[in-house]
Amino acid sequence: MTLADQQLRYRPMDAVAPALAERPQAAEKVRARDVSVFYGEKQALFGVDLDIPRNKVTALIGPSGCCKSTFLRCINRMNDTIPTARVTGSIILDDVDIYSPAIDVVELRARVGMVFQKPNPFPKSIFENVAYGPRIHGMTRSKPELEQLVQGSLRRAGLWNEVKDRLHEPGTGLSGGQQQRLCIARAIATRPEVLLMDEPCSALDPIATAVIEELIDELRQNFTIVIVTHSMQQAARVSQQTAFFHLGKLIEHGETPDIFSNPREKQTEDYITGKIG
Amino acid sequence: MTDATFVPAALDPERRAALTRRRYAAEKRFRLYGVGAIGVSIAALVLLLVSVLGGGLPAFTQTFVRAQIYLDPAVLDPSGTRDPDGIRKVLTFAYAPLIKRSLETATAELQPTVPGITPALLAGMVSDGAPAQLRNYVIANPDSIGETVEFEFLANGRIDQYVKGNITRESSAGDARLDPAQLDAADRLLEAGVMELRFNPAFITNPDASENRPEAAGLGVALIGSAYMMLIVLVLSLPIGVAASIYLEEFAAKSWLTDVIEVNISNLAAVPSIVFGILGLAFFINFMNLPMSAPIVGGLVLTLMTLPTIIIATRAALKSVPPSIKEAALGVGASKMQAIFHHVLPLAMPGILTGTIIGLAQALGETAPLLLIGMVAFVKDFPAGLPDGLFDPATALPVQVYNFTQRADPAFVERASGAIIVLLVFLVAMNTVAIVLRQKLERTW
Repeated sequence: MTLADQQLRYRPMDAVAPALAERPQAAEKVRARDVSVFYGEKQALFGVDLDIPRNKVTALIGPSGCCKSTFLRCINRMNDTIPTARVTGSIILDDVDIYSPAIDVVELRARVGMVFQKPNPFPKSIFENVAYGPRIHGMTRSKPELEQLVQGSLRRAGLWNEVKDRLHEPGTGLSGGQQQRLCIARAIATRPEVLLMDEPCSALDPIATAVIEELIDELRQNFTIVIVTHSMQQAARVSQQTAFFHLGKLIEHGETPDIFSNPREKQTEDYITGKIG
Repeated sequence: MTDATFVPAALDPERRAALTRRRYAAEKRFRLYGVGAIGVSIAALVLLLVSVLGGGLPAFTQTFVRAQIYLDPAVLDPSGTRDPDGIRKVLTFAYAPLIKRSLETATAELQPTVPGITPALLAGMVSDGAPAQLRNYVIANPDSIGETVEFEFLANGRIDQYVKGNITRESSAGDARLDPAQLDAADRLLEAGVMELRFNPAFITNPDASENRPEAAGLGVALIGSAYMMLIVLVLSLPIGVAASIYLEEFAAKSWLTDVIEVNISNLAAVPSIVFGILGLAFFINFMNLPMSAPIVGGLVLTLMTLPTIIIATRAALKSVPPSIKEAALGVGASKMQAIFHHVLPLAMPGILTGTIIGLAQALGETAPLLLIGMVAFVKDFPAGLPDGLFDPATALPVQVYNFTQRADPAFVERASGAIIVLLVFLVAMNTVAIVLRQKLERTW
């Protein structure tokens, strides 16, 4: 990452957007080439090639154990935390291979945020939850600036009105759906370019799910989103591109309406019609 | 593989009822076992407290005797110059006759009711430490020479035991150090209020005293020694233990080497404490030439003993923090160390504190290794303040208990129990601090 990029990232979001728009941008934010993952001797993911378009939502679908989460976790190198995991191939974020030795993982994870399956707020106050990321990355210079950033992130996650009077109460005291939106606020507070979501609604009731889905749709204006989901309705509702994984292989991917109405592969058709999975 | 044709037979209602009864009976039995187990442990605790408190509380009171002593200038300051050096030259030995002579009036008063009493017997009722007490007073107040001053002396251990009811006329019949007339005199003096039994803070503040003066023996040196050692153990074992645990749990790559280390740490926790004492003797004293009987050596030995306990507890506490918390921190771009120190460690803190307090409590009560490094010695002088005092001779509370029980004079029995009470209070105080800290740090997720 160049110095100019860094400076861009540390400016408020409104200031960044036009500046980014001036730069020539490829349509793909992330390009995965021949990505394989091994857990010890066992190969889990087999040579995945996938382009993830900028400012769109890409849904990864497939039956349990098909390694869609494994692929997702390659994009911010969360697999590094598993001692036995080994990743081959390349994942290009903009124009840098994130697996090249020059890349600092901490820096990368600030650019590629993540929301997990189970809401996992820190056992600290709501404010501290959101402020943690900006604080460790030194993104704000003063307390008011930080407060503004926290407020902006909570607003963006649609949580501000519900929590503005209790910012200093524990984040763990919120309902499940609110906790997940808090996690989204926490993830977007570091101004990531890509947001990874690993089944963000699987622990939530339908109403909370609907709120989050709406939020995902809004967030895509500023972020490139990759979402793993078990619900095909959800994939159809929120995503523009869908990729279908089965047994560690990327079977097919394309525009979401095409995949659901006109799948090319039989396995995809079997899955979306409920025959496997 | 499922077999579509298999249908389980319906359970016979009678058999089902029998099963239910058996289940209820088993549950009831189990509950009774539980109540029984708790009952036994409460009984054991009550027994312990009753025996220790019953035996030890009298050690906190002591019998005192008031006496008018004429500070004879002819004996105390032969030169008549009140020169401090001259006064110092008069040894404790010369003060004893002074006490005897001053008690002649008191003897005369007692003689009508206690025919056998003599000044010597009366003087024998005060502690052997009385002349020293007198001398210290005279050295501090040289101007008092020539006056008659009222002193409060500790009563002799035998008299004290008689006043406390631990020995009777019958049980002391053959005692060469106790004359029946002294017991009669004690009764009269108690009635007159000249002798009284009251709280004696010196039991906690005094250093140990010789076999002949159980009434003056205290726990001061042992308390300071124990406190110094606990300080060393805390300061060394907590950071080393926590750092080792974090490294092993979060950073070290799993390999045969870490497995070996892990097994060894668990084994170390089970090594008999006396082995650590031998190690301390061989390494710290013989090899590193640290002083014998010093809290620094005791503290180092106890640190070695406590480390495995703290490491095991800390690793368990770190393991019990949900991995989702660490993932969340990594996900927003925290480094591994930030994730651990900002999020995992605070959540593990209550568990770490529990382990630390268990380790410290073990160390506080440990006697065997201290015997080997010479902390069993008779130490009369207080160690200096920190940090020099760490290298001065001291004893420790459990060793002091052991020491008291080794002595012939029965008056030390209650002092041993009293020392146990002080040890338990020390322990409870340490635990209270840990509980308060834990509640402050406790968070739910």
